[in-house]
Amino acid sequence: MAENFLYFTELLGLPVYDLKRRRIGRVRDAALVPLIHPSRIDRYLVGAGSSWLSVRFDQISTISLHGIELSNEKLYPYHSDEYMLRIQRDLLDQQIIDINGRKVVRVTDVSLQIKREEGEERQTLDVIEVDVGARSILRRLLQGAVPPRWIRLLQSPISPNSIRWDFCNIVEADPLRRLRLNISNEKLEQMHPADLADIVEELSPDDREAIFETIDSEVAAEALSEIDPKMQASILEALEPEVAADIVEEMSPDQAADALSELTDETTAEILEEMETEPVSEVKELLEFDEDTAGGMMNTEAIVLPDETTLAEAMVQLRAHEGLLESTHVLFLSGAGGRVTGSVPLARLFLADGDTQLKELAVERLISTTVDEKKDRVTELFDKYNLLALPVVDEEGALAGVITADDVISVLRRA
Amino acid sequence: VVETLSRFKKHILIFFAVLGPGFITAMVDNDSGGIYTYSQAGARWLYLPLWTLLPITVALIVTQEMCSRMGAVTGKGLSDLIREEFGLRMTFLIMILLVLANLTNIMAEFAGVATALGLFGVSKVISVPIAAVLAWFIAVKGNYRSVEKIFLFACVIYVAYIIAGILVKPDWKQAMIYSVKPRLMLDSGYITMLIAMVGTTIAPWMQFYLQAAVVEKGITPKDYKESRFEVIVGCFGTQIIAFFIIVACAGAYRDHPTDITDAAQAALALKPFSQWATPLFSAGLLNASIFAACILPLSTAYSVCEGMGFESGVGKRWREAPVFYWLYTLLIVVGAGVVILPNFPLVQMILLSQVLNGMLLPFIMIFMIILINRKSLMKEWTNPPSYNIVAWLTVVIVIGMTLALTGITIRNPG
Repeated sequence: MAENFLYFTELLGLPVYDLKRRRIGRVRDAALVPLIHPSRIDRYLVGAGSSWLSVRFDQISTISLHGIELSNEKLYPYHSDEYMLRIQRDLLDQQIIDINGRKVVRVTDVSLQIKREEGEERQTLDVIEVDVGARSILRRLLQGAVPPRWIRLLQSPISPNSIRWDFCNIVEADPLRRLRLNISNEKLEQMHPADLADIVEELSPDDREAIFETIDSEVAAEALSEIDPKMQASILEALEPEVAADIVEEMSPDQAADALSELTDETTAEILEEMETEPVSEVKELLEFDEDTAGGMMNTEAIVLPDETTLAEAMVQLRAHEGLLESTHVLFLSGAGGRVTGSVPLARLFLADGDTQLKELAVERLISTTVDEKKDRVTELFDKYNLLALPVVDEEGALAGVITADDVISVLRRA
Repeated sequence: VVETLSRFKKHILIFFAVLGPGFITAMVDNDSGGIYTYSQAGARWLYLPLWTLLPITVALIVTQEMCSRMGAVTGKGLSDLIREEFGLRMTFLIMILLVLANLTNIMAEFAGVATALGLFGVSKVISVPIAAVLAWFIAVKGNYRSVEKIFLFACVIYVAYIIAGILVKPDWKQAMIYSVKPRLMLDSGYITMLIAMVGTTIAPWMQFYLQAAVVEKGITPKDYKESRFEVIVGCFGTQIIAFFIIVACAGAYRDHPTDITDAAQAALALKPFSQWATPLFSAGLLNASIFAACILPLSTAYSVCEGMGFESGVGKRWREAPVFYWLYTLLIVVGAGVVILPNFPLVQMILLSQVLNGMLLPFIMIFMIILINRKSLMKEWTNPPSYNIVAWLTVVIVIGMTLALTGITIRNPG
């Protein structure tokens, strides 16, 4: 077991021998070329005298704690190569995202597996894990000062803390470098948007923007909705208006309006310009309302049906609104002149016959509020009447929007 | 006119939105050690050392401005940047020194609590544990915003020193003259005093705290202008407080300059001038000590965990960030515990803290200048050449002064 893996700290400084077992130098760094192979060490950079030589993985016959033996001596001087991900320079001490653990971690060391490739008479190294925590810190501190075998003994009482290489997402702000190093942020899309939001909040502004620029705009929209409003604004401001517009389009209109209201009027106009027509009008409408009123809290997406609709007819209508239904808990009824006359919790639909009219299912007393009602009053209503959704009406009594319990929770959390 | 007015209003609004990190850091600078040093300066040398306050303010602004700029541009703490740019071993060395220096600073803060409440007749066996529990809870149980509000309120209490200074009715004419008239004497006691004033003002941990607070607050290069203004206002504010401490003590000891041995002595000396002067002076000391006792352990735990890559943050649970919470708690428990112990060599500990700060500061300041001039980190926000000259000059002088203080401390302990 102990023999088939090597820590990067042990690889550094390992002597490299040629075919006649003459030492030609020591390992100074190692690099992946992610476009060729995601985890195999492709180059070993060997310090010989004052210059560095570059050794390719297929020029090596054996690798062990005692040193590296070459099988081929045609070595070239190392020159900086943009396609290389150098472990010492680019990975050690930097922050990466642990997809599985859903957090930002700092790389202390890297564990490598010594492999014998099938049908080949050579050994290669594969990155298997990134190490963080006390055990790897100890290795780094003692590296070069204490023989590797002692270090392995000393560290054994400390429990390891590692992240599998497949679950590591490197953070790189430069788009060209991302391309050359084959860094995609696709893995981030598998995370829950709320977890992704927590992670990007921990990163530097540049890295944050890079992530929002590259991931799918639907995921980006969901994650952005979960971020602190002030940070939302600085992210949207930094993105290209087209990219920002794509993300804002995917947000629900009330959240989009919240995010945009933190921006300067100029930036908001630029983003609205780039958006598709349909969501724009709703977002624009919502932007008119004061943040601290019911109008500023509400969402314009709601299902309203005439109060004389029968249950059977209603079911047909609801199936047509499949997307909306997922986030809906209450239906609203409209009577003469478009006034809101009642609300029906979705659950009640299961208990009635097909020819029941919806108004018979409505809750006894309709609780509603007006667009200019104060935020505090709205949260009071939710608390007092145990609401899931509260209709907001305009001067004519028609439905202007709906405030849902999750809107209230975020208001309370922010207070 | 309307447009300028609205632009002015916008700047004011942004100023209040970014208010916090710079102001708080500058104010905590007048912690129990600072107050003692300034009291000592006024009691022994009256108005003579006042002229140093202006250059100290400049040095403070230069160092703090660089930290807050680094925080705003990179979005990373100082220990993060040191780790990324200078590697793990250097970070480890710095963190060890930081923990030791800050631990001794924390002891000094709790000693300040004991002294201040001692003047009100409260035994340290009661006051120190209560202060320790309070410090622990404020930071761990509050969120960043509410804690910041408490801290900003604590900044206001420093006004106590201004009132105390006025009550003593010092000689304002002399105070004004010596504020701008440099007075150098080849007296070793006087020179030591001047150096100590610089040494207590620019402490290594402040740079870590300030930069972290700027990042935590989410200040970006866009609202950096207001943030810089805040740093400048804060630095002037803290030096105005220092001015009033010196002046109050100079007024109290006008007829018989004395070498005082602790801040309590200075507070009691104010008594003949007004019955309120002593309680105000002690209240100021109590506030400053508790204030710093809250910030120091937390800032230390954050810096260490960020630098070494351990989970950190008061938003996390104990199980999620054990190193962070243990370190934070131990710093408070040990820092407060030793103050209660009878016969603990507290004075030696505080001198040790001065030596450790002196060893750490050159590293930190040189790293700061190197970091802030890296284009890859700071982009267009690196130091302009003229600013670099001022910055290096400040660094060289501050390092020289601190090393001199360290040397003096080592040569004549006590």
